Amino acid sequence: MNNPQLDSDGRLRHLLSIEGLPKKILNQILDTAESFVGIAEREVKKVPLLRGKTVCNLFFENSTRTRTTFEIAAKRLSADVISLNVNTSSQSKGETILDTVDNLIAMHADMFVVRHSQSGAAHFIAKHVPNHIHVINAGDGRHSHPTQGLLDMFTIRKYKPDLHNLRVAIVGDVLHSRVARSEIHALTTLGVPEVRVIAPKTLLPAQVEKLGVHVFHDMKAGLKDVDVVMMLRLQNERMNGAMLPSAQEYFKTYGLTQEKLNLAKPDAIVLHPGPMNRGVEIDSSVADGNQSVILPQVTYGIAVRMAVMAILAGGG
Amino acid sequence: MSSIDTKLPDAEDLLHTLAQKLQPLLQANTALVGIQSGGVWLMERLLVLLKKDISSNAIEHGTLDVSFYRDDFEKRGLKAENRPSQIPFEVENKHIILIDDVFYTGRTTRAAMNELFDYGRPASITLVALVNRGGRELPIAPQITAADITLDASQNLQLIRDADGTLSLTLQPSTATTQTNQADHKHE
Repeated sequence: MNNPQLDSDGRLRHLLSIEGLPKKILNQILDTAESFVGIAEREVKKVPLLRGKTVCNLFFENSTRTRTTFEIAAKRLSADVISLNVNTSSQSKGETILDTVDNLIAMHADMFVVRHSQSGAAHFIAKHVPNHIHVINAGDGRHSHPTQGLLDMFTIRKYKPDLHNLRVAIVGDVLHSRVARSEIHALTTLGVPEVRVIAPKTLLPAQVEKLGVHVFHDMKAGLKDVDVVMMLRLQNERMNGAMLPSAQEYFKTYGLTQEKLNLAKPDAIVLHPGPMNRGVEIDSSVADGNQSVILPQVTYGIAVRMAVMAILAGGG
Repeated sequence: MSSIDTKLPDAEDLLHTLAQKLQPLLQANTALVGIQSGGVWLMERLLVLLKKDISSNAIEHGTLDVSFYRDDFEKRGLKAENRPSQIPFEVENKHIILIDDVFYTGRTTRAAMNELFDYGRPASITLVALVNRGGRELPIAPQITAADITLDASQNLQLIRDADGTLSLTLQPSTATTQTNQADHKHE
């Protein structure tokens, strides 16, 4: 099957989803990111790799953290960056996505970072653009958020270098989460032997087991002896109808408290993609506690996004 | 290997010549920086050979991988295995001795200097290369070399390290189409 992410030589051309990417490319991105981490500690936090290039952040859906970290990443690579919140511009006047993209190409954009509430939006743009232009999916609907998945892998690798010996639990709203999907694909591709998902039945997609995960509905059983706890945000804005009794009820059953975390291994780490609902999916004392790596995730996110852009601009 | 190989100088001999020439430069406020990968191999050996001078002057050292600074990045992309540059000391006002294996076009040196300046403003930079093979394309030249030989653009001179750490030089036909590219492939 034609994989639009790779060129005919198997090199990365667009980053649209973790699904469909070979382990070799995931490791190439993570290894390259390793080199970018140190740049933030230098006097000049820039390298000239994307000098003279224009990176266009096309955000059809709001996101402060993802947009900001993509912007910083592009700027640290010396690119010029334009960030468009499209829902507040031409789209509201009726312009189609592809017209918006064509106009930006006419302005000589070299790379698009796309976020959209519709699954497949980044694929759609990637299929449309000419050969020399690269597209990065920064989150599309419920489908995929590959750079989040990669930065989570990078963070896990930093604290637990032996991925082949890990037990990882993903907890919460898997149904609405593109992050969860990207994480599951990344973890299994990189050879993590045991991936668990812990959620109420109403927040799990049908046949989630087919992705190669073990399903738990009981938090206490699911967290037992895990090395990594990956929390998901309860996505109120994507829910319609009564999938949950109440936020308080959810916290009682599926919220991560220190007491529940104590069932995991003593050196287990806690991740969260942000933004956090404190007191809903995670207790404040855990979010700010010494097992939390939530802020390092944000820092590493810049290095990982730099790596993706550098690899794309360098022809894979 | 071609017969021309036999005419190449012995890299281990050159290394000792280089150490002798380098010794007077090892003074206070100096730091060594090796360029990946051949320059780093040389530096590791020099650190042992010149141990006394290095410790008495408290000379620090670091490594550079200039992949992110290359002028041909768009053509070549990134290597799969780039290594983070490690400069664990203050570059500001240091006398930097930059070490490379084979000096050719000068483009690697330019990239290394650009990267160094992103760490700070050194007091000076001295370029040291095991071999200057001729063919520079920029107004940059090494101050210290152990050998100067003139090679054709169709030839690619490489430093190689054996499993036991012994260094040697080899000559191969250049695979790249342009002169610039083949020089810059020497580390691969």
